[in-house]
Amino acid sequence: MSELDKNPEAATDDVPPEAQEDPLYFAWEPKEGASAHIQSFKAAPEFQEPLGYPGELVDNWKEVALAKMEELRGKFRSFRLFLDICVKCGACTDKCHYYMGTSDPKNMPVGRQDLLRSVYRRYFTLPGKWFPQLVGARELTEDVLEEWYTYYFQCSECRRCSVYCPYGIDTAEITMAAREILDSVGIGMKYTNEIIGKVFKVGNNLGLPKPALQSTLEDLEDEIEEDTGVRVRLPLDEPADILLVTPSADFFAEPHIDGLIGYAKVFHATGAKWTLSSYASEAANFAMFIGSYENMRRIALRIRKAAIDLGVKRIIIGECGHAWRAAYQFLNTLAGPFDFLDPNYPVPQHICEYTWEAIQKGLLKFDKSQNDHLKVTFHDSCNVARASRMGDYPGGQFEIPRNIIKAVCNHFYEMPEDTIKEATLCCGGGGGLLTDDLMELRKKGGSPRMKALKQATEEYGVNKMAAICAICKTQFSKIMPMFGYGMDDIMSLHQLVSNAIILPGSEQEKELMEAEAENAGENAGEGEA
Amino acid sequence: MSAGYYEVNGKQVPHDEEGYITNLSDWSKELAEVIAKQENIDMTDEHWEVVNFLREYYDEYQIAPAIRVLVKAMKKKFGPEKGNNKYLYELFPYGPAKQACKIAGLPKPTGCV
Repeated sequence: MSELDKNPEAATDDVPPEAQEDPLYFAWEPKEGASAHIQSFKAAPEFQEPLGYPGELVDNWKEVALAKMEELRGKFRSFRLFLDICVKCGACTDKCHYYMGTSDPKNMPVGRQDLLRSVYRRYFTLPGKWFPQLVGARELTEDVLEEWYTYYFQCSECRRCSVYCPYGIDTAEITMAAREILDSVGIGMKYTNEIIGKVFKVGNNLGLPKPALQSTLEDLEDEIEEDTGVRVRLPLDEPADILLVTPSADFFAEPHIDGLIGYAKVFHATGAKWTLSSYASEAANFAMFIGSYENMRRIALRIRKAAIDLGVKRIIIGECGHAWRAAYQFLNTLAGPFDFLDPNYPVPQHICEYTWEAIQKGLLKFDKSQNDHLKVTFHDSCNVARASRMGDYPGGQFEIPRNIIKAVCNHFYEMPEDTIKEATLCCGGGGGLLTDDLMELRKKGGSPRMKALKQATEEYGVNKMAAICAICKTQFSKIMPMFGYGMDDIMSLHQLVSNAIILPGSEQEKELMEAEAENAGENAGEGEA
Repeated sequence: MSAGYYEVNGKQVPHDEEGYITNLSDWSKELAEVIAKQENIDMTDEHWEVVNFLREYYDEYQIAPAIRVLVKAMKKKFGPEKGNNKYLYELFPYGPAKQACKIAGLPKPTGCV
């Protein structure tokens, strides 16, 4: 049993006050309003309108909000079911990383759901219409909207709570609906909505135009050549068999860019004809975070158009958690059918599936000792772990990334059982919360993961954590220094692959062959003596 | 912080909630010093080198460079001792991309960065 399983009451016994200052300490005791002050910047009209939302609070907001709720209730049976079915058993209460980190009871999953459920009851159920007080129903007011804005942007839609709910209530769906209702009345979040607008305008979250992308990719080709002696291409907008769609952070941030180098090396070693697209230069789909089907579709259609224009046979998605959910679960619905692609491959595929298949076929050669200075653990990203799959068997999304790590590293260790795989803890920055104005929440929400990592460090000497999500990587590089780690202690999974891969004709291959020859010589010498 | 103005030579320069200037053409060296001061940064030659490089790169590409492009440029100019990620974070503790962009009067890099 790990720390996270402790009985909440027992855990608060005899805790010295100093422990309250320890970022890794959980105060299980609820503290009303503890994170009420944490609110992200709201979107200005210029960030609302390109998404089809009003720029500011509309005059008839109540009418619009209730009509939107009615619409969602009709469209999504899950939403209605989740609002109706909760029996207040309490199983979810201590499962949210934001509750663990803030102690605010409105960050308990049931507390968060009830912010919307109470309004739903008042207007859409008979008992709520007749006896609102008896059934916890309340009027929709401007204060309620404000409270929604605060707490529905303190949920990373990680769905950990749904794993523990006996009814499988998915708070993420309620959060998405609440955000969609807020947007429809003119209250949007700056971070997510500005970014979605950039995808429409430039093609990616970052706002990276084609010439800049081209220049960055050429720079990386030079860098790989310097390191290995091999010219590994990172083609852009070239006719190819494979279209790689990856988060734009892979073109910009650390350690993301090392992952991109890893993908390029794998494609090179397998002899694949692949390309990136400047039009679909973003795998992320932030419209999912705000529950906007229309905007999600607009983003997904860019991938379809790029695939057709470039004449590819396959689509592969890079290391990005929610992008994999958006692609794996929704791409076909949003932008299908993909009957123009090669039916021998799944649509889409994950880069980890591609790499693992190449490893199994013996197409890649590794020198694992290149990662011997690392003791690595793996952080399961929530959207990969709980909202999608890899391979053709249940649990492939857990095994395939681990298989790759074990194929390229000699030292791999797990974090505590109840913090990995389907029980994984969010990095603290997912679901559209990876913004500087939520740093306090990000630190608090990331603390349970940091606590689990610390256990692995103490037990096995783990000094690096690998991930396959752009958000996780950025979030950890920011918060890990607050917990005594280095900002580069978070790595891209394909960075580990990149470290160990031996490209045909490379300096590394020469060195390895020389070392092997020397070893063979020594062994032969020993034999003679 | 909330949206407001920087005061430079008696002139008001508007900025957004996070301190990034609203009109990129409002930028001046004096303004950079004012923003840096608010960020608790004393501008040295090395800081200016980063800021100037960002502005030149932005001029050409309408975006800030990837961190490692910046690192390489610094390495070329000042050698490996100053051409590394760690040193850049010493110069701009809140991150060379975001904090240096703010001082350089450029938009904030957005997305998962």
